[in-house]
Amino acid sequence: MRPRIIAVLSLAILAAGLVALGADPLSDAYAGKLKGTVVTMSGPFTDNDAVKFNESVREFEARTGIDIQYEGSKEFEASISIRINGGNPPDVVDFPQPGLLSNFVKTGKAIDLSKVLDMAKVKANYIQSWLDMGTMRGPQGPIVAGIWARVNVKGIVWYNKKAFDAAGYKVPGTWAQLTGLMNQIRKDGDAPWAIGIESGAATGWTATDWTEQMMLRTTSLANYDKWVAGQLKFDSPEVRRAIQQWSQIWFGEGNVYGGRAAVATTSFGDAPKVLFEDPPKAWLHDQGNFIVSFFPDGLIPGEDFDFFNLPAVNSTYGAPLLVAGDIYAMFRDRPEVRAVMQYFTSAESLKTWVQSGGALAPQKDARLEWYTNPIDRRLGELLKNAKAVRFDGSDLMPGAVGAGSFWKEMTAYVSGTHTLDQAVKAIDASWPK
Amino acid sequence: MEKPRRGLAVLGFSLLLLLSAAVLYGGFALLRSLSGSKIPAALLAVVWGIGSVVLLYYVLNRGAEMLPRRARRYLLPLVFAGPALALLFWFLVLPTLRTLWLAFFDETSTRFLFLRNFRFAFTDPIMLEGFRNNLLWMVFGTLFCVGLGLVIAVLADRSRWEKLYKAVIFMPMAISFVGAGVIWKFVYSYKGEAAGLQEIGLLNAVAVALGGRAQPWLLLGGWNNLLLIAIMVWLQTGYAMVILSSAIKAVPKELLEAARMDGAGELRIFTGVTIPSIRGTLLTVTTTIVIFSLKLFDIVRVMTGGNWGTNVIANEFYMQQFTYGQTGRASAIAIVLLLAVIPVMVYNLRRFGESRAFK
Repeated sequence: MRPRIIAVLSLAILAAGLVALGADPLSDAYAGKLKGTVVTMSGPFTDNDAVKFNESVREFEARTGIDIQYEGSKEFEASISIRINGGNPPDVVDFPQPGLLSNFVKTGKAIDLSKVLDMAKVKANYIQSWLDMGTMRGPQGPIVAGIWARVNVKGIVWYNKKAFDAAGYKVPGTWAQLTGLMNQIRKDGDAPWAIGIESGAATGWTATDWTEQMMLRTTSLANYDKWVAGQLKFDSPEVRRAIQQWSQIWFGEGNVYGGRAAVATTSFGDAPKVLFEDPPKAWLHDQGNFIVSFFPDGLIPGEDFDFFNLPAVNSTYGAPLLVAGDIYAMFRDRPEVRAVMQYFTSAESLKTWVQSGGALAPQKDARLEWYTNPIDRRLGELLKNAKAVRFDGSDLMPGAVGAGSFWKEMTAYVSGTHTLDQAVKAIDASWPK
Repeated sequence: MEKPRRGLAVLGFSLLLLLSAAVLYGGFALLRSLSGSKIPAALLAVVWGIGSVVLLYYVLNRGAEMLPRRARRYLLPLVFAGPALALLFWFLVLPTLRTLWLAFFDETSTRFLFLRNFRFAFTDPIMLEGFRNNLLWMVFGTLFCVGLGLVIAVLADRSRWEKLYKAVIFMPMAISFVGAGVIWKFVYSYKGEAAGLQEIGLLNAVAVALGGRAQPWLLLGGWNNLLLIAIMVWLQTGYAMVILSSAIKAVPKELLEAARMDGAGELRIFTGVTIPSIRGTLLTVTTTIVIFSLKLFDIVRVMTGGNWGTNVIANEFYMQQFTYGQTGRASAIAIVLLLAVIPVMVYNLRRFGESRAFK
């Protein structure tokens, strides 16, 4: 009797397992059933990023015979609207700004991933913050609109480690220590900070990143979320305080290399270069981890340069991490597209990119030993151990604010064309109703 | 004998018509199925595209020629101009009408807003700034382009080195607006003030050499617009100069001689004889540049992105549509821009009509 029960039970378990396996779109792909199919993808990866993306999916393509064709464009934001609204979307779209994706979710263009992917696996592989940030409101209620792939950490402070150590400066752990360090650098005759916000038509975004960092450090996470959702106005004591917090650094006499007017005319990519002149003209640069590719060639990560998280201003709020990243959404439903999307939810899809540097994986199955340089490993660790993570607020706001008035008004404020009062009121007025 | 031959011809033509329809549609279907393999698709597109245009004209022409003489008179022009007109209708008229339609709706193109987008287009501070700046571009840009073009054309006309002068002035015409933006970014570059800081901008080099201080040129309210207009002048003066120069050369020598005999001075001849004689060309050049400055976009986009009070209508249109996703507002702005250009266009076409360019 017993052996039979065991047999029946194990059969049942096997059957359940098979059913579950059937739900995973990847199994068919790995069994070679989707060989010869093509999945088209659009996004902003060009040049080096495109090479690294293709490198990272090569093994999957070889194993399954699915060809992932990634079409990268620098005018991605403009062209994707035309393709999607014109009824000719690629299978998968890679959005660097979730705000843009939410526009298409609102009009019902994106596919609800919870209906097509093995969600148990997806949920097990991301921390809740990422899942929350991938859920958006469609015409029939909230849907899982996208999954997070390559992410990066924003708002960390970079410094020239060799020169920094030689000058006897210490990495500040508190806001008071940071202020002390700034005073010391000024006394030594240099500018503490290198800051540039010029970025062509996107000029001003660096200032919005600083605003977000200060929001996270001077008020609660709940207030940050309300602000991003448009419920807390820019013209509120909280947001004004956050902007003033960075203004003290930016506008203080001798604090920024080149002075206030140069902040608006210096390209964000050129700004950190003065850190690596001999001797350095400025010592600190606050920017996302992607900025490393703008550093002069031949610098060794961890030896020539290093980073620290911008210290907490107020111990109540701490120093939550500000992140950004690419969210992949699905616009056409075919078995091979499902398989590719499922594959993107595993860190495996980013492995070679992580190994060659320039990407952090948000998935739980990412392994710290993949990170080959000490900076990336520490960033990966920072991301994995973070108590609170918040997404770049301007990327979540409606485009008219997050890629429009917020940039423009911060630029006008920094260059002195608008007062803080005028700037925050103008941003509030531009928020779509 | 006449009748059966005619029947045969009609039959042959019908077959030809069927065949060409098959080629047209078959090529289209084949092209669509080839979307995965790019090189064969591109080759096919070239061969099929050009081939079917030739085929279409040949077949239609053949058909029209078979018709009685009277019908032919009316149909033949249609055969040749028809496809172009149809395409124009499809790609120009329909989109314009659709833009007008969308201008009355919200950003999802579903909720009817009536004139709210137009109210935005005429009252929002950023739009008013755009109108002001476009007016600046129109007045100063056109004035300097045409004025300088005319002066240079007249002066070069009397110089031994005319060809050299004209070539140098004309050369920037070959540079795209975006390319010019990159070049002029270096001219206006500003690095800031700090110990040991080296300015690399041409204009700041001049300012410092003359004993002044380096300036963040593109941030200077009021001046920055004129500095941007200078770029268009640099690019477009050559165009005005070349056209005006050829008109000046066409002024009859006898007329100038006669004026001289009557004792007119050079200045008097210029204002009294040359200008009236080239009036038509002058107006054409002016209206062309006016239209140019009304739809100006590239320079502002590349140099300032519309910051620091330099926004123009075309840039705001682009931002609304492609960055903010505000289709309704963007459509309203596009319609406003179209309405602004139309009077100039109509005037220009009328002049073309007068000079029988269309007859």
